[in-house]
Amino acid sequence: MSRSVPREVQVIERIAETATVFTLRVRFTDSRICRAYAFHPGQFNMLYLHGAGEIPISIVSDPEDEFALDHTIRAVGRVSQALAQVQPGDRLGLRGPFGRGWPLTQAIGNDVVILTGGLGCAPAVSAIHFIANRRAQYGHLNIIQGVRHADDMIWQARYKAWAQLPDTEVLLAADEAGTHWSGYLGHVTDLIENARFDPKNTIAMICGPELMMHNGVIELLKSGVPDDAIYLSIERNMHCAKGHCGHCQLGPHFVCRDGPVFNYADIRPWFAKAGI
Amino acid sequence: MCATVAVDPLAGFLPHSQLPALLHALHETGYRCIGPQARDGAIVFDELQDTADLPWGLIDVQEPGRYRLTEATSRRAFAWANGPQAIKPWVFQAHEPQWTAQRNAQGHIRFEAVHVAPQATAILGVRACDLAALQIQDCHFAGSRERDAAYLARRDHLLLIGIHCARSADTCFCVSTGDGPAIDRGADLILGEIDEGLIVSACSTAARRIFRLLPLERVRPEQWAMLRQEVTNNAGSQRRALPSQDLRNLLYAKLDSPHWSTIAERCLSCGNCTAVCPTCFCHQETDTSTLNGEWVTHAREWDSCFSDQHAHLAGLEIRSEVHLRYRQWLLHKLGTWHEQYGRSGCVGCGRCITWCPVGIDLTEEISAFSSEETST
Repeated sequence: MSRSVPREVQVIERIAETATVFTLRVRFTDSRICRAYAFHPGQFNMLYLHGAGEIPISIVSDPEDEFALDHTIRAVGRVSQALAQVQPGDRLGLRGPFGRGWPLTQAIGNDVVILTGGLGCAPAVSAIHFIANRRAQYGHLNIIQGVRHADDMIWQARYKAWAQLPDTEVLLAADEAGTHWSGYLGHVTDLIENARFDPKNTIAMICGPELMMHNGVIELLKSGVPDDAIYLSIERNMHCAKGHCGHCQLGPHFVCRDGPVFNYADIRPWFAKAGI
Repeated sequence: MCATVAVDPLAGFLPHSQLPALLHALHETGYRCIGPQARDGAIVFDELQDTADLPWGLIDVQEPGRYRLTEATSRRAFAWANGPQAIKPWVFQAHEPQWTAQRNAQGHIRFEAVHVAPQATAILGVRACDLAALQIQDCHFAGSRERDAAYLARRDHLLLIGIHCARSADTCFCVSTGDGPAIDRGADLILGEIDEGLIVSACSTAARRIFRLLPLERVRPEQWAMLRQEVTNNAGSQRRALPSQDLRNLLYAKLDSPHWSTIAERCLSCGNCTAVCPTCFCHQETDTSTLNGEWVTHAREWDSCFSDQHAHLAGLEIRSEVHLRYRQWLLHKLGTWHEQYGRSGCVGCGRCITWCPVGIDLTEEISAFSSEETST
């Protein structure tokens, strides 16, 4: 798989999730690349829009979906706003997959806490798919997702479906409720105390704004989860995705190569520290 | 790299008058030669066609925020210490196309890698600090799982002709970083200059081919003695120093020090220090499109952690303030670099001190952090 030069993909579908969040389903136009491509949940691709540039986007689809790769994107920067305009049939470039994903092998036999905030749910979705498809291999599954405003809650149907899985808890929070909000009103990290897990046999996977992740780590440590059982997906500026360009450094770590998923114990001195 | 010159019994002596034979031998064996030349008031490295273009009789006077070339008392070709460039631009280019994308009328996109055509290149007059810096860049670009093709293509075709430093600039501190002023590894040919000419040692198979083509004389013991004395004296002459080759403990304890803000009051965040640093590797990737939008060239170009865009995330500025950018630079260079590449990212060349427009001196700033530690 080419990691240095993009390969052409075609947009199969564009799904509007909210006013600013959209999902692009893409497929390699070369069927050989399509067959050779494999990723691990939590890894990311560099998506390229002709003339606009490349951005790192985590892969949200199921790794066993051989048809297409899903990327859920918020139109917030120069390239992502341009990507928001693409339509089915349009061609893009894709390099990847890059980085280290979620510890899904290590989590086998353990309870799992998946704690996400805002669009941080996207990098965790493929992990949820992965566990759901191998449900018997894992202990109790807690899916905890929070948003600032109830209207930002995407994938409500998915959360409903996951709640029906055996031995699975779905806990949703919004800082501000809209009409018809039936979830918790407040910080998502408050919900950790409502989750069901054996702290000594739990793997926690967290993705979201750093402050939310920081609070999540504090709550999990308080509940007795060891620091090396907590994993975080870190976001940083990325240009090359190969650990060369230097933009994504978090202390000594190159987030694109050593992450984006890190064991909390490995990054503790650098995590959630202003300017690092 | 080390502080004293090791005697090589196989070395030969090349009088200054015979220096054209070295350039000739390089050309004969298929190398283009990059060498030091005085241009625009500084020593720069560029293609050398004639040894008369070397900076004969010139030395550099450097101090924080100041660089001047001046006449030396002796007529040597390598009496200067260094210029703003290391040899970094000859392996990690300031601007380097990575790939092209062509979109046709149907919207199909064709991507093509841009390959570097390797060219055998000899670089004459490489300093010990810059050889150490090249080894560090090798670790970064060629030592990891992702080996950089363009870097490797250039690196594999380099013949490095090093020169011991018999004189330091006022800003040099390579002795304290363990990287100079003498060369003990990393070069193919090693030169040592005294008033009459050059003592030449060959350290690689490629270098021995060149060596055999030179009209060398036997090195007289007093010539070795003079070279060794000059380089040893030079090592003792450096007035600047870092207190340790591993400053992690100091820096990691100082992340919240108010001294970062006092540096930021002077720092212009211009990025000169990172541009002249021989080990800085940060680069950004940019797209340049033809007017009709059909062709795009995706290139990388040097970037700086002093740029406001360096750590930019849509919706979140990681290092919006200058003190955080300076901290990132120093923390990386002298601290986290150890975890990445097993040593500090500083080779003591002093360029960041000289070329800083306001003369910020990292050795002084480290002293300030150290004394802050003892006073609190």
